[in-house]
Formats: sequence, C-alpha cells, structure tokens
Amino acid sequence: MCLAIPGKLVDLPAERPQFAIVEVSGVRRQVNIDLLSEEPLESGDWVLIHVGFAMSKISEEGAAEQNRLLAMLGEDAAAMEEIEGYDFGQRPERWAS
Amino acid sequence: MKYVDEYRDPRLIRQVADEIRRLANPDRHYRIMEVCGGHTHAIYRFGLADVLPANLELIHGPGCPVCVLPMGRTDDGLSVAQDHGAIFAAFGDVMRVPGTHGSPLEHKARGTEIRMVYSPLDALKLARANPDRHVMFFAIGFETTAPSTALTLLQARAEGIANFSVLSNHVTIIPAIRAILESPDMRLDGFVGPGHVSTVIGCRPYEFIARNYGKPVVVSGFEPLDILQSILMILRQLATGRSEVENQYARVVPWEGNLAALKVLAEVFELRPYFEWRGLGFISQSALKIKDSYATWDTERRFALPGIRVTDPKAAQCGEVLKGVLKPHQCKLFGRECTPERPVGALMVSSEGACAAFHNYVHRKSAADAAVA
Repeated sequence: MCLAIPGKLVDLPAERPQFAIVEVSGVRRQVNIDLLSEEPLESGDWVLIHVGFAMSKISEEGAAEQNRLLAMLGEDAAAMEEIEGYDFGQRPERWAS
Repeated sequence: MKYVDEYRDPRLIRQVADEIRRLANPDRHYRIMEVCGGHTHAIYRFGLADVLPANLELIHGPGCPVCVLPMGRTDDGLSVAQDHGAIFAAFGDVMRVPGTHGSPLEHKARGTEIRMVYSPLDALKLARANPDRHVMFFAIGFETTAPSTALTLLQARAEGIANFSVLSNHVTIIPAIRAILESPDMRLDGFVGPGHVSTVIGCRPYEFIARNYGKPVVVSGFEPLDILQSILMILRQLATGRSEVENQYARVVPWEGNLAALKVLAEVFELRPYFEWRGLGFISQSALKIKDSYATWDTERRFALPGIRVTDPKAAQCGEVLKGVLKPHQCKLFGRECTPERPVGALMVSSEGACAAFHNYVHRKSAADAAVA
C-alpha cells in the first residue's frame, strides 16, 4: 500500500479524462490520473501508482529502479496482485489485458 | 550483507558505508529514526544494520499505518458491518489487524460481510453494484493514500451515490514526528524522511524539525544505496553542525509536493482536534476528519459507533517498540505468542511493521543459522 507500483501510460481516453490505461508487466488496468492534473501526460510516460491512483510522473529509469526494489523486497507478487485487482468498472473491451 | 551484495553496484554501497564509518565519531552514540515503514522493511530486508557502525542505531518510526491504528477503531469499523448490516471494505493490510473479537478476516469467516479491495474506487464500485446495501470503506494511511480517498469521495458526491461512506482513519505524519520530538524518553539525532508521503506533502513541512529542534532531516528513497546515502547526509550535517532539510530522493519527490493532491485533501478533509495513535497516545491535530460538506459520506456521522477505547493486551509491548524504547525481540510475546502468522499486536501484521520485518529477516535467519550449526 505504501510502496508505489510503476506503470506505463498506454492510453489516455478523451472520453474519460480522469482515467488512463497503464501497463504493468503486461497487465493493463485503468488508474485515476486526477492527481497529475498539473502535469502534461502522454502515452509512453511512466507513473508511480498508489491504490489505483497515479501519484507522480517518473522517468523510465526510475520505473525500472522501482520494479527492482519491489522484487528485492519480495513485494512484486503483491504489487501484481494489486494491479490485477483494480476493478473500477466501465472497462471497454480494447482496454482489457 | 548478503542482500547488499546482490544489489547493483555493491562497490558504491561499500564506499558510502566506509564514508559513514569514517564520519561517525567513535565517542558518540547516534540514534537516527527512519520515519517510514517502507524504509524499516528495506533496512531489515537488506541487512543494512550490518554495514553500519555499532554506535549508529536506527530507530523505527511510526510510519506504518496499520501499526498505529488503535484497536478501538477496528472495532468501530466492524460494528458498522455487524450492527448495521453494511459491507466492510478495506485494503488487504487491514484484514489481519486484530480487533477485540478478532481481525476482519476472522469476522469474515464467521459470516460478516467483509471485502478486500485494492483501491477506494473498488469500494465505490461495490456500492454501485449493491444499491440496497451500505458499503463502508475503512480508510487507513498517511498522506500517500489520503488523496485517493478524497478523490473517491468527490466521485461519490458527483454521482450521488448515497449508500457509500468512509470511516476515515487517515493520519498525518508531521504531528507524530512533533510528538516524538517532544517525548522526554526520546533522544534522536536526525531523521530519514519518508519517501512517498513526501511526494504529496513535499519537503517544506519538515523544516520546523531542522529549525526549531536542530535535527537534520533527509527525505530518502528506498534502495539500500538511497538509505545509506541519506544516513551519510545526516552524519555530514551533524559533523559540520548544520541542521537542514535535504532531499536525497529528488528524482521522485518535488520540494513543493503534489499540489493537486494537497488541494483535494483540503477540499474533503479537515484536521481532527486529536486522535489516538497506538503506542503514542493522543496526538493533537494528527488525523483527518471528513468535512461537513461531505457529511453524507462520513461513516462516523451516519452510524452510531461504539467509540470504545480498547487497551492493547497487557503482555504486548507494542507501544515501547513503536517509540523505539524496546527492540522488537525484546517484547515478551515476540516470536512466541505473537508471530506474523498469528499477530497479537499490529506491528506484527504488516510487512512494514518493525516486528514483522525483524521476524521475517532477522529472527528467521538466526533460527535457520542455529538449525544449520
């Protein structure tokens, strides 16, 4: 919960601007991006995710570092479980992993 | 040292560790608190105490949300499900937190409607899907998770979802640090500041620690090298008589924090006059209460909660461990009555709790070494 999960923005749907699709180790889920409203975001950007919300924009290198940290702390499986568990609903077909 | 060797660039780690040993005055005993439970976990996982000089002691701080949650709050949350037929939704970390009559998980086994969620938005979806039931989200966490609860409440209001409420147990880190600084049995030389909490609040809120208490604060990342570098930065300040707030984790933490997150926190929450912290007692203005304008979604206003203050089991010494007066293994219950599998106290529940971290990485390792020998 307190350690962030890095994800790559793969889709920023215009029809629901407060949500984006992130990919984490091949799994795609919807996350809320309202907390990054003051940052310019585009597909391909990396973000740190806490409980379904993107909290900060980071570099690709920073994302790799965070993934390595989660693995070293033995929290990588729990992080994937969390990402896979996000279930906010209203998920169009093309977003599904 | 094993884990440090596995880490990239062990040479750099050794350099920083050597520099720490060189700077540490052998005639002095250093007590440095890592505030965040994520750091506590990493320190035990990487065996960092092994590379630090013996006169440098790391004190584990209060930054583990489930660890500082008083038992009475868990009881209050469970009562909404039991007495009012609501669905109790919470993060996985909450599921094993002991209440007076068992954890949420044990209540679930006895038939109470308890659901684990990964996001407060999942709890809101539960409310949409069960319009004839009330869904309560049992919210915990510091500033890292509080903005997501706030945005979820904004969403509930926008959609007019009336069968949803939040029991806010959100706490703020600064008053807890202040309480620790004011505590007479607590002598500290500096702080390793939390990483992800600081992405929200930034570095400015720590300035009073440096200015008014003369203690260095270094906001730190979570990798072994980050933590060691932060300790080195603290020692450098101490060696040159400085006390400042420094940001070792600038690659993720902006000095000003996340303004959008701070704005949504201010929209939904206000400070409670006081709130009880397990082990630290009542701390004024240390927790977040839902504002009047969101009263419809505030569990505390919608339901009569027992609100009974429950003391910890007498034999458990969670409070002393939380304050750093005792090391985890010095508690009478440690590793016997209280284990990560069957926690008596909350410090044994979360992987970020000092007792669970100590048990998983130090206690088990020494038990395994003893078995081999």
